[in-house]
Amino acid sequence: MVPLTWYLIFAAALFCIGVFGALSRRNAVGVLMGIELMLNAVNINLVAFWRYTDVSQMTGQLFAIFVITVAAAEAAVGLALIIAIYRQRSTVNVEELDTMKG
Amino acid sequence: MSESPAIFNLVPILPFLPLAAFVVIVLWTNRSKKLSAGIAIGGIGLAWVLGWAITFTTFGIDRFGAHPFRVFANWLPTGRTWQAFGFALDPLAAAMLFMVPFVCLLIFVYSVGYMGVGKPLGLHDERGKPAEPGNVDKLASRFFAYIALFAAGMVGLVLADNLILFLIFWELMGLCSYLLIGFWFARKYDDPKKITPKEAGLKAFLTTRVGDTLMLVGIFLLYAQTQSLSFADIFKPAMLEHLATTTVTLPLIGATPWATLIAILIFFGAIGKSAQFPLHVWLPDAMEGPTPVSALIHAATMVSAGVYLVIRTFPLMQAVEHGAALQFIAFIGAFTAIFAATIAVAQNDIKKVLAYSTISQLGYMFAALGVGAYVAAIFHLLTHSFFKALLFLASGSVIHGVEHGHHAAEGHGSGGAEVQGSTGAGEHSHHPVEYPIPNTHSFDPQDMRNMGGLFRRMPRTAWTFIIGGLALSGFPIITAGFWSKDEILADAWHGGHIFVFITLALGALLTAFYTTRQVVMTFFGKPRTAAAEHASEHDSIFQWMTIPLMVLAIFAIALGWVGIPTTFPVLGVLSHNPLLHYISSQAEALYIEAVELEFSFVPLVTSLVVVFGGLLVGWLVYRKAQLAHRAQYVTSVEEYVDPLARPLGPIYTVLKNKYYFDELYGAIFVKGAQRLANWLYRFDDIWVIDPIVDGVGKLGRKLSEIGEWFDTHIVDAAVNGVGAVTGWFGSAVRVIQTGKAQNYLLVGLVTVSVLLGAFLLLPK
Repeated sequence: MVPLTWYLIFAAALFCIGVFGALSRRNAVGVLMGIELMLNAVNINLVAFWRYTDVSQMTGQLFAIFVITVAAAEAAVGLALIIAIYRQRSTVNVEELDTMKG
Repeated sequence: MSESPAIFNLVPILPFLPLAAFVVIVLWTNRSKKLSAGIAIGGIGLAWVLGWAITFTTFGIDRFGAHPFRVFANWLPTGRTWQAFGFALDPLAAAMLFMVPFVCLLIFVYSVGYMGVGKPLGLHDERGKPAEPGNVDKLASRFFAYIALFAAGMVGLVLADNLILFLIFWELMGLCSYLLIGFWFARKYDDPKKITPKEAGLKAFLTTRVGDTLMLVGIFLLYAQTQSLSFADIFKPAMLEHLATTTVTLPLIGATPWATLIAILIFFGAIGKSAQFPLHVWLPDAMEGPTPVSALIHAATMVSAGVYLVIRTFPLMQAVEHGAALQFIAFIGAFTAIFAATIAVAQNDIKKVLAYSTISQLGYMFAALGVGAYVAAIFHLLTHSFFKALLFLASGSVIHGVEHGHHAAEGHGSGGAEVQGSTGAGEHSHHPVEYPIPNTHSFDPQDMRNMGGLFRRMPRTAWTFIIGGLALSGFPIITAGFWSKDEILADAWHGGHIFVFITLALGALLTAFYTTRQVVMTFFGKPRTAAAEHASEHDSIFQWMTIPLMVLAIFAIALGWVGIPTTFPVLGVLSHNPLLHYISSQAEALYIEAVELEFSFVPLVTSLVVVFGGLLVGWLVYRKAQLAHRAQYVTSVEEYVDPLARPLGPIYTVLKNKYYFDELYGAIFVKGAQRLANWLYRFDDIWVIDPIVDGVGKLGRKLSEIGEWFDTHIVDAAVNGVGAVTGWFGSAVRVIQTGKAQNYLLVGLVTVSVLLGAFLLLPK
């Protein structure tokens, strides 16, 4: 059986890729995708820890399903926001979206 | 007391009748001069009727003075005692009540004519100046209001039951005197040395104030000693005994009984009010007021109030037997009597002669009181009021007559110049047209040198004036003045006061002399000016003016009959001397000696000699001067040389200038007050007070400048510094707020990483 560490290393790598994507992509859709990657890294961690601890309890799987649901909602809302911003400003480049200051 | 006649209950309202007239005139009727005059006369007339009814009722009461009528109510709380608002009626008050409202009424009636009520308003007349002849005075209503107020004061004073009320009415009269002397307040003279009515009023007020202040001190001391100011309380024998035996140590003088000190202080009030030496200077200048005022206030009533005060407080004055108070009063009175009489000899103003004569006669009364002649003083006070009022009113009639004559002469003169021989100048054509018309401004209708020969032109005035003059001189038997003056001389003689006797006899000689001089200069000889030539008493106003003269003339003769001593040869048999009996009941109640004197020929003969001597010398001297006078008009009053001027030489000049008392007082008191005021001004404005005030101001300013510097440089700097630091810090920090979500996310990541690292790596 594949040891737990591998899963954790994989999830951490995936999370780091997600963070990098969220921080470095200029396209707002790319940022959203980075966030999805981070969420999925968390899901992997949840499922992995479930499998290697108490299998009888369904908590890890349940949490993963919750996260997937929230992620779906988040993606919907995020994409809606992006479309709204695009309509407003004709761009989805996050470098230009700096109205949160002052 | 309980059996007092019901009419006595009207006593308290008497002073309020003229007062009501004053109020009504001032508040409502002052626009109508006729109505105002009517109300004033109505007020005093009612007071007169009631006053006489009351007085005559008292004549019927046996020994009325032993139980006088009093009515009073507590009024003013002073510590544990009350000052009463009350009136008293005793023989003395009743005797004054006989005289005061009656003389007031006559003078009010006279004023109707004098002020020209009923005449048209003059176009060129000004408020506060005498009207042209034939016009009504513009302020006639005000005049009647003032004299009504004055009458209220005098009637109230006579009836006052205590010294507080007495003082109130006393000062009320002082105020009216001031207002009425200055009644023609806008009047100005070309000669800057001549005192104007405004100044004269002020002078009168301030001079009497000197006496009033001392009197007030006396009243305070009296209250401090007796705890009461009611006449009835003060004059209780025990109280007087207490005042006479307790002494106060004065600097220089030594131990003095309280009674003497208080009596002299109170007498100073009388000195001021009755214009006795040394406070006599105001009365002659008070003649600047309208003539009815001179008659009413400065001859008949207010100035006699000083005598009345001494009569009222006589028990106090004589509390110390042979005390200094009476001697002082006798000395001042006798000195003033002769002193003022000498001045009167050299005066040319018809009213000023009478003013000095009044001062002199008041001196007689004080001298009489000083020698203890209580009844004689009252008698002379009453007779003098009548004949002096008569003389003043007659002199007012003369002045009006001469003014009318001046007016007529001027109108005639200019008219003649215009028409030049046409028929227009017809009616006066028997007078030469070219006589010198004196300048309106320099012509003085009061100057006797401008008069002469008025007897034929103003017969009613002349006759009454001569009767008054004879009464003043004390013409034997027929005039009232003789009886009262003779009684004073007799009292002085019997009391052994030889000095007073001789002084008063000399004064009587001078009185007869200057009265004759005045009568001759005014009424006899040839007219010295066109104004005198044209003088007449035919104008309608003279009807108002001459009737009171005649009534007063009757009293100037007949009033003497009430006081003929029963011991007098021949006439004494017919007389009961009712005045003495009337007053003596009160005098006995107050332990004042008032008995009929044994007859002595010395005072009678002296009296006869001085009267006839004075009259004869006066007649001879001035008759000759009148005859020697050239038969043409004087162009200036200086052309008339008084026959006494050469023989008396410098003495005449001194007399004419009234012993230079005005100049002396002017140099000492007026200049002194000005110097003091000037010094105080310097003290205040230059030397001390202002520098202190300025210094405080400057110091405050300096302090506030320091405060301002501290504010701008320390407090403001601190506040601004805080703001600047905050602003600088804010601008330093604002760069990290980019508004970009990725930056915030990065910051969050780094922060979490650092915190996580710290959490994991740092030791717990």
